[in-house]
Amino acid sequence: MTYTRAEFPIESHSAPFHEVDCQVKSNEAINDEYYLLILNAPPEILDCKPGQFFHLLCPSKDGRSPYLRRPMSIYGYFPDKGELHFLYKAVGEGTRTMAQLEAGERLNVLGPLGSGFTIRDEWQNLLIVARGVGLATLAPLAQEALRKGKNLTAICSARSPEMLMSVERFRALGANVLTVTDSEGTSGVDDLEGLIESRIAQSGVDVFYTCGSNRLLKLLQRLGAKHGIAGEIALEQQMACGIGMCQCCVRSLRRGGEIVYERVCKEGPVFDLQEAMEW
Amino acid sequence: MVDLAVKIGSVALKNPIMPASGTFTEDLAGVFDLDLLGAHVTKTITPEKRIGNPTPRVCEVQGSMLNSIGIPSKGVDHFVREIVPIYQKFSAPLIVSISGNTMDEFARICEKVSVPGVAAIEVNISCPNIEEDGKAFAMRPSTTLRVMKVLRGATDLPLWAKLTPNTGETPDVARAAESGGADALVVSNTLLSMAIDVKTRKPKLGNLMGGLSGPALKPISLRMAYQCAKSVNIPVIGCGGIETVEDVVEYLIAGASAVQVGTATFVNPTTMPRLIDDLRAWLFAEKFQSVNDLIGSVRDDEAADSVVFMEAAP
Repeated sequence: MTYTRAEFPIESHSAPFHEVDCQVKSNEAINDEYYLLILNAPPEILDCKPGQFFHLLCPSKDGRSPYLRRPMSIYGYFPDKGELHFLYKAVGEGTRTMAQLEAGERLNVLGPLGSGFTIRDEWQNLLIVARGVGLATLAPLAQEALRKGKNLTAICSARSPEMLMSVERFRALGANVLTVTDSEGTSGVDDLEGLIESRIAQSGVDVFYTCGSNRLLKLLQRLGAKHGIAGEIALEQQMACGIGMCQCCVRSLRRGGEIVYERVCKEGPVFDLQEAMEW
Repeated sequence: MVDLAVKIGSVALKNPIMPASGTFTEDLAGVFDLDLLGAHVTKTITPEKRIGNPTPRVCEVQGSMLNSIGIPSKGVDHFVREIVPIYQKFSAPLIVSISGNTMDEFARICEKVSVPGVAAIEVNISCPNIEEDGKAFAMRPSTTLRVMKVLRGATDLPLWAKLTPNTGETPDVARAAESGGADALVVSNTLLSMAIDVKTRKPKLGNLMGGLSGPALKPISLRMAYQCAKSVNIPVIGCGGIETVEDVVEYLIAGASAVQVGTATFVNPTTMPRLIDDLRAWLFAEKFQSVNDLIGSVRDDEAADSVVFMEAAP
């Protein structure tokens, strides 16, 4: 049974979210490490914003299912097709259980949750810098940026060319894609810095978007401060409720000369790049 | 039609399902109509602003979870000014959970939250008392009695004492809370626990240890709720590991007049409204006219007091 909320009785800055059982359309390995899960989703949960996430109730297969839900960033949302996509690496108990899901089975999802990326009207030249599965989190942002007619460059980093994620997706959307990898020796901080500096010099950059890596955070904070470029970062933290109640998922942020704590599930997962702190 | 209404002393609830403190905020209004609930119980607040414990603040164990949130609080003034008014839009009674590290602090915050719109105060006496080497007030009958007397003197509102499972003196603590002026007992808080990552050999919680909650805790809290109900004449509110209607019914049979649902809401945010529907259906199927006919109906007639109040596994 589902409970639709009554007339929303209180002021809230959060958009509606829903708990829904979705049918798995497909769930396939796309390389040695990553899986793409496609759900058939009802329209009410597909009114998403780039950077938002869903809280997934990983299914029980052999009687041992993870107790808590797992937060998972959205790889793609397609209201026209009624599809919700997740790109994930099967590393822990939750994602390994997810990898066993088969077409036709159901997955309970809660969302969309959290505050997403902002794309200000005055920003024209957008730069995404991310690595590995972090690129998945930024794919919906790329889609939205290009829908808004922005110039988008995506620097995609990975261990090796085979592990480069989402490059085709970014290209298909019309982004200018630059790839760097560890195996080719092109993904070091100095190489990245040179690459980003040349983008700034050539066409200008109005905003950086990234997620997940301390190394990228520090580099982009430094370049952002040097050139006065805005930035946003999507952060992660272990979660319990995912909807702002339990206070488990806080991260520390530098703001107004002091350290403040905010919830990744509610105020985040997207935070101001300069306020974010290393972890 | 089944009557779900219960009374916790002077506080009337339209049904016996309410959230456990710390697992509920107005954010849940994003999922269902909060007026479906028997009462609203807010997260414990402290007199001053606190940031809470280091992360990770939560970890999973098989079928349950551990947390060490550490009561981050924006302080009592913020709470009275900003949060209490939000709940005036609902008809469900508002229960405010408070805590303090000393008797004085506790009394001060108790006075401050005694404002119109608050139906009762849940006093979290399961928290460490810095005047007693960090031992929680509710670990001992003597400190329970003392703090409850101080709190009783600080407010005219009903006081619900939230007990801790980290004690070997449950019946005595329950009676001490009642003698000190408690109007109801909430049984109980989380159980001190630990988990270690075997690969890194680091404790899984940033604060080393935390409170166990979820289904693994239920038999312990249920035993305590039963013992408390046998020990006192004030209502007992069961709390610990409730996920299904059978869990709710078990607590009610054990003697609880109502229950609090916590961790299950983290897994399924619609757990509480589902439990209300399921409880109504269960009582109807079992031919009960009122939930009150079920409360305390445990069939333990033969048991001796020494068995009912045992504090160690036989």
